[in-house]
This record gives sequence, structure tokens and C-alpha cells, in this order.
Amino acid sequence: MASVSPYSNAPVLDLEALARRREVKTNVLLTVPALTVLVAAASGPLLIMLIFSFLTPGDYGGVKWELSFDAWFQVVLHRDIFDDTISLADAHLSILWRSVKLSFLTTLVAFILGFPTAYFIATRPPETRNIWLFLVTIPFWTNLLIRTFAILEIIRNQGVINSALLGMGLIDAPLDMLYTDIAILLGMTYVYIPLMILPIYASMERLDFRLVEAGYDLYASRWKVLKRIILPLVKPGVIAGSILVFIPSLGAYVTPRVLGGGKNLMLGNLIELQFGQGRNWPLGAALSLTLLVIVMFALIFYVRSAQRETH
Amino acid sequence: MPANGEVPAIRVEEVDKIFGNDADRVVALNRVSVAIEENEFFTLLGPSGCGKTTLLRLIAGFEQPTAGRILLQDDDITRLAPYDRPVNTVFQNYALFPHMTVEQNIAFALEMLEKPAAEIDQTVTDMLRLVRMEQLRDRRVDQISGGQQQRVALARALAPHPRVLLLDEPLSALDYKLRKDMQIELKRLQHETGITFIFVTHDQEEALTMSDRVAVMNDGNILQVGPPHEIYDHPSERFVADFIGDTNFLPADIIERGGDAVSCRLESGEVLAVPAGVDLPDHDRVTLAIRPEQVTLCETAGDATLQGTLQDAVYIGTDTHYRIRLADDSLFTARVQNARGRAQLFESGDRLGIRLDPEHVQLLKD
Ligand SMILES: Nc1ncnc2c1ncn2[C@@H]1O[C@H](COP(=O)(O)OP(=O)(O)OP(=O)(O)O)[C@@H](O)[C@H]1O
Ligand SMILES: [Mg+2]
Repeated sequence: MASVSPYSNAPVLDLEALARRREVKTNVLLTVPALTVLVAAASGPLLIMLIFSFLTPGDYGGVKWELSFDAWFQVVLHRDIFDDTISLADAHLSILWRSVKLSFLTTLVAFILGFPTAYFIATRPPETRNIWLFLVTIPFWTNLLIRTFAILEIIRNQGVINSALLGMGLIDAPLDMLYTDIAILLGMTYVYIPLMILPIYASMERLDFRLVEAGYDLYASRWKVLKRIILPLVKPGVIAGSILVFIPSLGAYVTPRVLGGGKNLMLGNLIELQFGQGRNWPLGAALSLTLLVIVMFALIFYVRSAQRETH
Repeated sequence: MPANGEVPAIRVEEVDKIFGNDADRVVALNRVSVAIEENEFFTLLGPSGCGKTTLLRLIAGFEQPTAGRILLQDDDITRLAPYDRPVNTVFQNYALFPHMTVEQNIAFALEMLEKPAAEIDQTVTDMLRLVRMEQLRDRRVDQISGGQQQRVALARALAPHPRVLLLDEPLSALDYKLRKDMQIELKRLQHETGITFIFVTHDQEEALTMSDRVAVMNDGNILQVGPPHEIYDHPSERFVADFIGDTNFLPADIIERGGDAVSCRLESGEVLAVPAGVDLPDHDRVTLAIRPEQVTLCETAGDATLQGTLQDAVYIGTDTHYRIRLADDSLFTARVQNARGRAQLFESGDRLGIRLDPEHVQLLKD
């Protein structure tokens, strides 16, 4: 570093420039961990998936490095092995459709049950709110698989619900609830509902309840206050909650596996199948990317329509 | 102005309001009764925590009284929900709906009452003109100033043309100049709409300048109700006299109870014949209240009622305030209007006399 003459301005300016450059350098350094995580944990795997989806399946899993568009073809189409006729891949499409439908229904049910719950918690006295929040988060303490088996125990033919109903004489034969779409819906709602309640509660807690009083004062009924004042004001929480429930539902694996049996597959199970027994890694990769695209479109569509309403 | 002989717009009858229970019991209102006339600008005045907001919330229907009834003209509205009462509120923080425009805020109540679209549009236009906000119709309410929000809150509450408008310290968030303007504006609005206004404030000046009648409250009780000049000139209790304007208090003993006048002996031995107040206490020990501007200062001797030493004099433009130490060591304030070009009458340390006009001496109950 040049010696600094107390009578000259120039070196001082140099020092400032130096400091600025050093600052830029540290800023770059500071972003390294984040960049590493982004590249290694997000973009890297995605890139691998993208490449794999254009390769040929290996004989015992894995891939052969030969370019092929078969995987993408198989996502929605099916070529008959005998006469080569091409038709829609009904099995895949029905699984896709079930995944989207069940995830949407899960989000809806979670909202219908979660919204009043969040409202209830937000209107408790501040001292007791934390207790209720605590109760909502307790299920997270247990492993997902165990919680799912608990649901199974409740709804299976010899389970809690059927035994109770049979015992009371309300039904003659056990209700077939296990291994149905309803069972998956129930399980996923149970698993993901805290993700709906928490963000709605966060918005609701910030809601100025004097606005609710103002609504009543201006002749709005309870229903009108809910629709015209509370809902629009907690909408950011509803949007966040819906996204947090919809996305993991779409890729859910454990819940449909346990509660849907082998019959009612969802996208997550189909993908697992390709990487496992199916030994068709490229198809698995293509399906995963399909899932990603669906999620992206759903998000864009949802956020757009939500924003349109507010403006 | 209040029209006598008509049924009052609002009658509060023997209302109690108790919050909480047992250990943390708060008596917010204690046997409150008051009648507010049709078309009146009525003010609830009192210090913080005296129950003004509580009384307003009971009238609006946000709270239920613990005991007593509330009548709107001849109808008992005690148990009605807020949306079933033709009463609207201007909230202290305005409580405008942040996700709506100025127009949507004002139209809200009319939509809830399912008025036809054309009528809503017309009323919103009228209201915007009334509060002089025509240009900001489509603005979001978080994009207008505090004073403008205040006007929107007024327009929103007036739009459904309620029988009674409740205003809870609507001006307290505004700066001094804007507050003065809005005081005049509020009077004009009340006059033009002919709606009964119940206004809450803890600013005594605001209460005196705006109201047809004022109710002074303290600690859950209404102490005195009357027109501003009556409250100011004839406070019934020490609290009222003290809360409204500056007052000197002199202890005295009643020595003779006449018809119109009461003879009182001051500590100094001087006897004053004071006009009898509303109801005289049974005991003889009383307090006399004297407004600082209603006394005359003079040289020591002569016909002075009280004597003292001038502690200090504060010049405040139109007046000079003299603080005089009396024989019993208490301070007595006199306010003398300044004449042009005349210097201060007395210097600190001067012995001087205070002349009281019995007409302007008010005997207090307690
Ligand atoms: N919801 C409530 N729960 C318990 N106590 C309350 C409640 N609301 C008001 N109080 C109490 O009742 C008393 C009167 O309150 P209120 O809000 O009517 O006062 P105020 O005259 O409006 O005062 P301010 O000028 O500060 O607004 C206070 O002691 C207050 O603490
Ligand atoms: Mg208040």
C-alpha cells in the first residue's frame, strides 16, 4: 500500500477505491455457500434428470448413453408391443389425473378445515394462542410413516372406526375405506393441514379486528364480513398455505403407498416404480420433470389468478 | 340544536358495564343514565379510562351492558347486533378497509343494505362532495393522507344516513391545524345532515367549542351534563371545574343558607354571599371555585377579598397570568387581559389584593 501523505487527497481516494473493491470481493465470497447449494442441490440434480430423460434404459437399471426420445414418448403415449399401434398411455394419464385431482382436493379440504382452525386460534387470548399452535405442530414430531400407519389403523376394516360403528350396530359389514382415493385424501389432508393452518394463522394474527367491527357496524352480516373483509385480507396466507399443501401432495409417496395400497398409485409412486422394479430410469426422469412442469404451471396460474383478484 | 319535547334519539338507562370477573373486575360504567336529543351535537368528555369508549361501544352494539337498557327513540336496542342498529361509528383509527378504494369503502354499507346500484353511485357522489373528496374517488385508502382518511371514514359512516353517528376521538390523530379545520367541518356536516352526533374527546377545548351539550365523565360516572357555558360557568363538582379550564379552589364554611344566596366564610375571615348552586350539600365545609379571568387585582388595601404576594407573572400575548401566594401558602391564579401599550401591572414580590365578584364564585358540592 502506498504511503499516505497527510497533505494529499489522492492516496485517500485510492484507499476508498481499494476498500470498495475489497467489499465487492467479500460480497462475492459471501454468496459462495448459497451458490454451491443452489448448483449442487438444485440445478445439478435437475440437469442430471434432464439428461437421463433423453437416454436409453440400462438392462438392470441405470442408463445407457444412447440418445432416445422414448421416455418422453412413454409419458403420455403407449406403443402396442404386438402391432405397434400408438394409443394414449391410459395408466399414466389416470395416475396423473388422480395426482392432480387428489392434490387439489387435499388443498381444498385442508383449507376448509384449516381456515376455521386458524381463525379460532387467532381469536383466542394471546396467552393461550401458543398452546394451540403447539398442538397443531405436534404431529410433526413423529415420523411421517408412523403417522400414516396410525391413519391406516383407524380406517382399516378391523380398525377403530369400523369396530365402533359395528359395535354400535350402525352398520352390518365394515366400510371399505382403506385402499381408496378417499383414504389417500384423508391421509394427505391429515399430514399437510398444519402447512395450511400456520400461514393462514400468521396473516390472521396481523388482521386488525377493528376492521371486522367496522364491517358489522356497516350492516354486514357474519357471512358478508367473512367474505368481504376477512378473506381478502388474509389472502396472502391462504395463497401460501395452498402452495405449501398442493406441491408436496402432488409428489406424495408414502401416504398413497400405505393408504392406497398397490392399486391407487400417484405420481410419486409411479416415479419410484420406474427407478425400482420398472428399471426404466429415463421414464422416471421424464415423469419427474413432468411433475415439475405441472407444479410450475399450477403455481403460475394460481398466483396470477390470486393477484388478479386483489388488483 | 336540541328540540325539546321530542323523544330523545338515544336514552341510556341505568347502565352498568363490568369487564372481567372477581379478581380483575373493572367497573367501566357505573349506573350511567343520559338522554341525547334528536339532532344534537353531544360530547362525552373525560380523562383517559373514564369509560367514554365503553359507552360508545354499548350504543354501537359491540358490547352488551351488564345491567340497564339502551333505547333508540322508543325502541329497546340493548340486545341488537351492530348490523341491526341504524347507528354508525367513526373509529378512532378510522378502520378503513385497506383492500378497497375510497369509493368501495363509502359504498360498503349501501351494498350491505342491498340498495340499487344507481342509488349507491349517487349517494357515493353526494358523500364525496359533502366531505370535499371528489377527486380521490378511485384512490386506494392507503394512498391518501391522514386528514383525507378521516374524511373518508366520515363519508363511509354517513352514507347509509344513520339515525345516530358515533365518533370516538376522530380528530386525535390529526395535527393542530387540521384538527381546527375538521372541527369546523364536523359542525358543518352535523348541521347539513341533521344527524345526531355523539362525539368522544378528552380535549376540553374541543368539547366546549363544538358541542350543543357536554357530558363530563370520570371513573365510569357521568358527573354533569349541560351546554358548554353552563359546564364552564357552573361546574357542579370539583372534578368538573378542575378538568375544564383553569380554576382556583378556596376552602370555605357555609355560615348561612338563604334562598338564592349562601353566605360563606373564607379562611381569610372574609364573608361572601355566593349564589346557591343546584343542590347544596348538607355539610358546611365546601369548596368555592373561581375562574382566573373572573377576578380583579388591586393595590393591597381597599376592598380586596384576599391578599397575597405576587410569585410570578407570565406574559402570554393576549393575557398575563399572575400567580399569587396566599396567606395559607396556596397559589391563586389570576388572568388579566393586556391592554395595548400598558406595561405589566405588578412586579414579583409585590403585595396585592384580589377582588372576587360573588356572582362569579361557584359553590361546589364536594
Ligand atoms: N375489553 C375490556 N376488558 C377489560 N377492561 C376493559 C375493556 N375495555 C375497557 N376496559 C376498561 O374499562 C375502563 C374504561 O375504558 P374506556 O376504553 O371506555 O376508556 P376511555 O374513556 O375511552 O379512555 P381513553 O380516553 O383512553 O380512550 C378502563 O379502565 C379500561 O381499562
Ligand atoms: Mg377511548
